[in-house]
Amino acid sequence: MSNSALFLVVLVTAIFMVFAALYLAIWLAPKSTNPFKGEPYECGIQTRGPSWVRFKSGYYLIAILFLVFDVETVLLFPWASIFKSVGVDGLLLVSFFITILALGLVYAWKKGALEWK
Amino acid sequence: MFHFKQLTEWLDAFLRQYLNEGWTLFVEFLLVGAVILTVYAVLALLLIWTERKICAFFQCRLGPTRVGPFGLLQSVADVIKILLKEIIRLNHVDQRLFRIAGFLVIIASLCTFGAIPFDKGLHAIDFNIGVFYLLAVSSLGVVGILLAGWSSNSKYTMIGAMRSGAQLISYELSCGLSLMTIVILSGTMQLSQIVEMQSTGWFIFKGGIPAIIAFVVYLIAGHAETNRGPFDLPEAESELTAGYHTEYSGIQFGFFYLAEYLNMFIIAAIAATMFLGGWMPLHVTGWDGLNQVMDYIPPVVWFFGKTFFCIFIALWVRWSFPRLRIDQLLKLEWKILMPISFVNIILMAVWVLLFN
Repeated sequence: MSNSALFLVVLVTAIFMVFAALYLAIWLAPKSTNPFKGEPYECGIQTRGPSWVRFKSGYYLIAILFLVFDVETVLLFPWASIFKSVGVDGLLLVSFFITILALGLVYAWKKGALEWK
Repeated sequence: MFHFKQLTEWLDAFLRQYLNEGWTLFVEFLLVGAVILTVYAVLALLLIWTERKICAFFQCRLGPTRVGPFGLLQSVADVIKILLKEIIRLNHVDQRLFRIAGFLVIIASLCTFGAIPFDKGLHAIDFNIGVFYLLAVSSLGVVGILLAGWSSNSKYTMIGAMRSGAQLISYELSCGLSLMTIVILSGTMQLSQIVEMQSTGWFIFKGGIPAIIAFVVYLIAGHAETNRGPFDLPEAESELTAGYHTEYSGIQFGFFYLAEYLNMFIIAAIAATMFLGGWMPLHVTGWDGLNQVMDYIPPVVWFFGKTFFCIFIALWVRWSFPRLRIDQLLKLEWKILMPISFVNIILMAVWVLLFN
């Protein structure tokens, strides 16, 4: 059996599971209506103002940094899997690549992107 | 030595005797789905019970004792209870995203679960890019968590989701980089082959110092990935009620809960597979007597033994350390674990060049 087919089987199983559980719960669970039930939970106090607001930009910076280094991880994986056949040359080239990335990290560090303010 | 591969091959031949090609495949697919679902559910129940029992012992309590022997049926009772709870329909949420979020989290966790090799031939998916697949699919859960927090339209969930997202994506980097050291050492990304290569010695022994560093980094980063222990600030109970799943009720909350526990298992299982030899028994070169005794223990027992060892470490850490602040959390990842992982990759490459 090919792996792609098996992946599809697992995916379909997962989708089946969530829907089966959800509909079982909908069928079994009690239903009652109350105007205050649909309100967001705020420890008993009514919500003030909208919740979909502009949010702290620190998270955005983290996401950008993540993007840079995650793509780098993706690029390094193929090298890692053939490392034994490329040997010293491959190591030197990748060291160069990693150095540039490390410089990027140092730059972000010096600029204060890693500080939480 | 008994391997599940024998069982699956026998079953395949048995089905082919009576059915034609298409139906054989269909029955096998059904079996794979049923087995995965059963193992997933049973493991979830077992893990919830284990966690509650162990956390009770850490706090000098007894934990669940009433339902069934040693409280073993407690989590079964919990599942029935959660199925019977009302699913509250909220007014101001983005209904579609609100539903999809829970689904995404659990589907990501089950798809990752399918790739774990429990024994020789006992894995649903065995891609030749297995490690890559694990990282890719498990990171889908972040999307679910962010959607859950955002669509709930509540301040607690919003803050919880943002914290959780920042934490998960940050620590994913260290996870990926520390798994990469093992890929360098083994030269393959296929999980079954990685396990096979450890028949002469687990990678944590074969890889020397870089492998040990990678193992420690992976345990810390993986622990943070599961949103628990000292890294549980996405759902810091005293500040954010329940973090990103505050607004969920009934089985929809159950999805998040289940995925959280299974993610703990998946992280531990990957640690066991990559570093501790998966289902390979412990062999010491030269000690033939010991090696033969170790061979008598079934591989599945080895796998679960190692996995539960990693889970125990995670629980131990969880109940021993106070919660970190968000700046400390990000500092730990970006200023300590990341540079260590970078250097460790080069170290491992040099190690492989020198000793292999």
